[in-house]
Amino acid sequence: MIRAVLVMNTQGKPRLAKFYEFLPVEKQQEIIRNVFAVLCSRPEHVSNFVDAESFFGPDARLVYKHFATLYFVFIFDGSENELAMLDLIQVFVETLDKCFRNVCELDVVFNYSKMHTILDEIIFGGQVLETSSTEVMKAVEEISKLEAASSAINLVPKSVSSWRSR
Amino acid sequence: MAGSSSSIMDNLFQRTLDDLIKSMRLQLLNESTFISKSIEDIRREIKSTDPQTKSTALQKLTYLSAIHGVDMSWASFHVVEVMSSSLFSHKRIGYHAASISFHDSTPVLLLITNQLRKDLSSTNHFHASLALHCLSTIATLDLARDLTPDLFNLLSSSRVFIRNKAIAVVLRVFDKYPDAVRVCFKRLVENLESSDPQIVTAVIGVFCELSSKDPRPYLQLAPEFHRILVNSKNNWILIKVLKIFARLAPLEPRLGKKIVEPICDHIRRSGAKSLVFECVRTVITSLSDHESAVKLAVLKIRELLVDQDPNLRYLGLHALSVAAPKHLWAVLENKDAVVKSLDDEDSNIKIESLRLLMAMVSESNVVEISRVLLNYALKSDPEFCNEILGSILTTCGRNDYEIIVDFDWYVSLLGEMATIPHCQKDEEIENQLIDIGMRVKDARLQLVRVARDLLIDPALLGNVYLHKILSAAAWVAGEYVQLVRNPLELIDALVQPRTNLLPPSIRAVYINSVLKVLSFCLDCYLDQDEGTASSYCGNLAGGQSEMFHVKKHTEAPELVATTCEGSNYEQDEGFNPRNTTVESSDDLSDENDTDRAVTLLSMKNFTHESIVSLLNRIELIFSSLTANQDVEVLERARNIFAFVQMVKAEIIDNSGQNVDTVDKKYTQVSAVIKSIRDTFSMELGPVSISAQGRVAVPDGLVLKENLDDLKAICGDIELPSSSSFYTGGPQFGTASDTSSSNPLKNDESGPSNESTSLLEHRKRHGLYYLASDKSETVPNDYPPANDPKANSSTNDEADELAKLTEKSLLLKKRTNQVKPRPVVVKLDDEAAAPIPDKRPEPINDSLSGAIKDVLLGSEINLSVSRRNPLDKSSTKRKGKKKLGTDLPSEMKENLGDAEKPDLENPNPSSKNKERRRRGKEKIVEGEESDQRGKKKSSHRHGKHKTHQRANSPLNVVSQAPVIPDFLL
Repeated sequence: MIRAVLVMNTQGKPRLAKFYEFLPVEKQQEIIRNVFAVLCSRPEHVSNFVDAESFFGPDARLVYKHFATLYFVFIFDGSENELAMLDLIQVFVETLDKCFRNVCELDVVFNYSKMHTILDEIIFGGQVLETSSTEVMKAVEEISKLEAASSAINLVPKSVSSWRSR
Repeated sequence: MAGSSSSIMDNLFQRTLDDLIKSMRLQLLNESTFISKSIEDIRREIKSTDPQTKSTALQKLTYLSAIHGVDMSWASFHVVEVMSSSLFSHKRIGYHAASISFHDSTPVLLLITNQLRKDLSSTNHFHASLALHCLSTIATLDLARDLTPDLFNLLSSSRVFIRNKAIAVVLRVFDKYPDAVRVCFKRLVENLESSDPQIVTAVIGVFCELSSKDPRPYLQLAPEFHRILVNSKNNWILIKVLKIFARLAPLEPRLGKKIVEPICDHIRRSGAKSLVFECVRTVITSLSDHESAVKLAVLKIRELLVDQDPNLRYLGLHALSVAAPKHLWAVLENKDAVVKSLDDEDSNIKIESLRLLMAMVSESNVVEISRVLLNYALKSDPEFCNEILGSILTTCGRNDYEIIVDFDWYVSLLGEMATIPHCQKDEEIENQLIDIGMRVKDARLQLVRVARDLLIDPALLGNVYLHKILSAAAWVAGEYVQLVRNPLELIDALVQPRTNLLPPSIRAVYINSVLKVLSFCLDCYLDQDEGTASSYCGNLAGGQSEMFHVKKHTEAPELVATTCEGSNYEQDEGFNPRNTTVESSDDLSDENDTDRAVTLLSMKNFTHESIVSLLNRIELIFSSLTANQDVEVLERARNIFAFVQMVKAEIIDNSGQNVDTVDKKYTQVSAVIKSIRDTFSMELGPVSISAQGRVAVPDGLVLKENLDDLKAICGDIELPSSSSFYTGGPQFGTASDTSSSNPLKNDESGPSNESTSLLEHRKRHGLYYLASDKSETVPNDYPPANDPKANSSTNDEADELAKLTEKSLLLKKRTNQVKPRPVVVKLDDEAAAPIPDKRPEPINDSLSGAIKDVLLGSEINLSVSRRNPLDKSSTKRKGKKKLGTDLPSEMKENLGDAEKPDLENPNPSSKNKERRRRGKEKIVEGEESDQRGKKKSSHRHGKHKTHQRANSPLNVVSQAPVIPDFLL
């Protein structure tokens, strides 16, 4: 299963961090730092696998991909196929690209909850549920609609009721 | 009024998450102050009565927690509040916050059960999806138990969107609450037959995870998996199925035959690299008996190895190293590619290729491969260099140097490694140098040479990573001083000024080695005075070759064996500038040139002058060390200092007299020297880690109990002995101030008497594990003991030890002789108790047990078997039940005996334990476990019934759930 998904920029600033098993925040930050230390020491055009046992316990592997200013990192165990994980990163990034039209780091920075919505549609509790970016997009769009609707309903009555209670 | 207006103000002026991110990016202040300010705001806002304000505050907090590592456990109640909002956007924020911040011990988890249930059964499937998401990361035993029925409903939901999520949640629920299996498992299996690939992906994913813990129960489902393996077109599903089969195939030999063909088909046909690689991996890990499949897999691996993509090259190498233990031919076939990969720019590939190279190492090629690797190590970056050195050391040192034939070569290699600039494998090299010294007698000569070369080079002392190696070298040179060609040169090396760069602990080893070498020199000198006259000086005029000839005669017979190499070495030495270091020649300044030539060339034949100058030199150097701050260094230096003064007094006194009288006058000091020499020349052997275990525990001595009890037995003996050892310390100090030898001797006699009486006591009572152990294992680590009695006692004990270890010599793991004995005992304990593995098992077992039960259709047959009087074990059990308190464990044994021999044993027994535990919580223990037992035996029975067609009647005592052939 997938243990964690991290997105960080080339300066080591985390942009998205999702851990599929509970870890105290200090430990999370430590892992992010360790992962970055490993990634930034690797040259371009080398293999995308890193042994993650040293910072994520036994049997942990890490796959990363470098896009522009961002590293996309998946940490997983022996129940996943390395190349499939690499493809999954591709799926994730493709979906982001569809969602934000030429995704860049700023999109990732400012769309914290949307990023999670997308990721949640692909990976559920550490298991891969959906690998087609079109399917993911469909679900994400529906969720966004629902969200917009609920806050639109929300906005008017709430302000009205607040004024009224004066 | 005021409250609501403030909430409006909050709402109007509240920063949204976007605002927060924006201002953080603009922030010129440092980040942490900004964050703590924001947290202040959030703390205020989150208490607001307005749900919008509250949820926005929570969203910000969640963001800060996930990205910036801010603690949000204090807000858990607010999370629950936001979760319960009816608005989707708020709910979403709440659920997200819960899934990242809640864990098993979060107290408010108790409050969310109803909320989750409500959302799970909500008509809005996005609400249900949120709840499922949350459950997949935070479900606890309580939540899992309470929500299992709701989950059961969702498992057959008509919406794929919900159903596949419900399936995925099952994994966590089973993990937390194994009894959920009884409810949900059947529906889970039914989903395997779904035509929707999304559903199948989810189910297969769950089974893949389940089988990673204990694959055995899922053998029953092999036909289903096989169908998917053959029919599915989805690569994701196929990969997961292959993972499952890789775990199942080793359990059931017949399975291999069935799956090998479809897998080979996939290898041949599929264009997806990930699937092909997974097939290859499955073949080499689990189907390694199927030769044609393995050949095909290796063919594919070869393709990967030469691919442009470094990922594929890496995975190819990785697959090869998985194959290496069983199919070394596969590695040898691809040797070229492997060696080439050693040059790759990718460190993963390099390391993988290094591992493979080491897998290829054998007796015949170890020399060549090590040579190649060492050359690589010299060229490569420090990290990889050490990686190489480390793997050479472990490979060569494996099973007590199994693959090493030529130890002279290996020892030289170790010396060479030590001098590689990046080398940080100091500890390993140190251990091996000492270990080889103790284990391999024939390697000692070369070992001493290597040690000398290391010791003599002043440049090496500056390198921190070499200190441990130098310590080993010093120990080796001192311990096997009789093989040293030039002891005087060795002493110079050991006392050279740069040794003050060494840490005190290592310096102490140096000093001890000086004592060993010095006592050896003195001993030789005395011997030669008694016997042969120093006639060699006359030969000095002769040519080089002649001198070597003479030398060979003077050396011990074993040295003659190494002829050519040895003499080459000696010739080199003459021209080696490092040989006569600046420092040491300063020290030697009192000698004239001819004297020096004599000491160098006549080796172990010492003239009176050389000995005197040696003593003077040591006295001079060690007089400064007697003020050293480190206790070890101080004490040893003072011992040597006192010893030298004692010897010098007699030798110089006699210097004026003629040779005849010298013989007699030396007797007093020579006795002392002889006894020291005897102590040091006694052979040290490796000690087996289980040596302690072979000492029979005497009757009446309970080792496991608290040692306080021993005070009653030997308290009177212990106290005086330990105190006398302690008072010995300061007395050594005073001894060094006095120039005569007598006070020193007197001081020593105290402890030694004590220790012999202690020894006697030990012999009588067989107490081997108290203070004496130190002197037993490490006589060389102790300050010099001048008293012959003390020496003999050490000898006795060491002899006993040698007898103990004789059998284990060269067989057992190495132990570090420099360390005190207690460490050895500890190791023993560790080896004897491999506990940690067992702990997590019960949970898995209860899970897989439950799954087996369900798969075997127990519930249906339960009532039948309850009435079944034929059950042997249950009747037995009833008999036992009356007998008494030990019932559950007895019952367990019976069940084990009666029903299944080996393989399944661990599962049911721990299941029983589990049940026993649960049973105890309830009041009627006996009945409870009895009933459970029956149920269990009925499962067996049920299984037998269901698969009667496939199993012959003999299979009542079958080992594993057997897969019916017709299904495959």
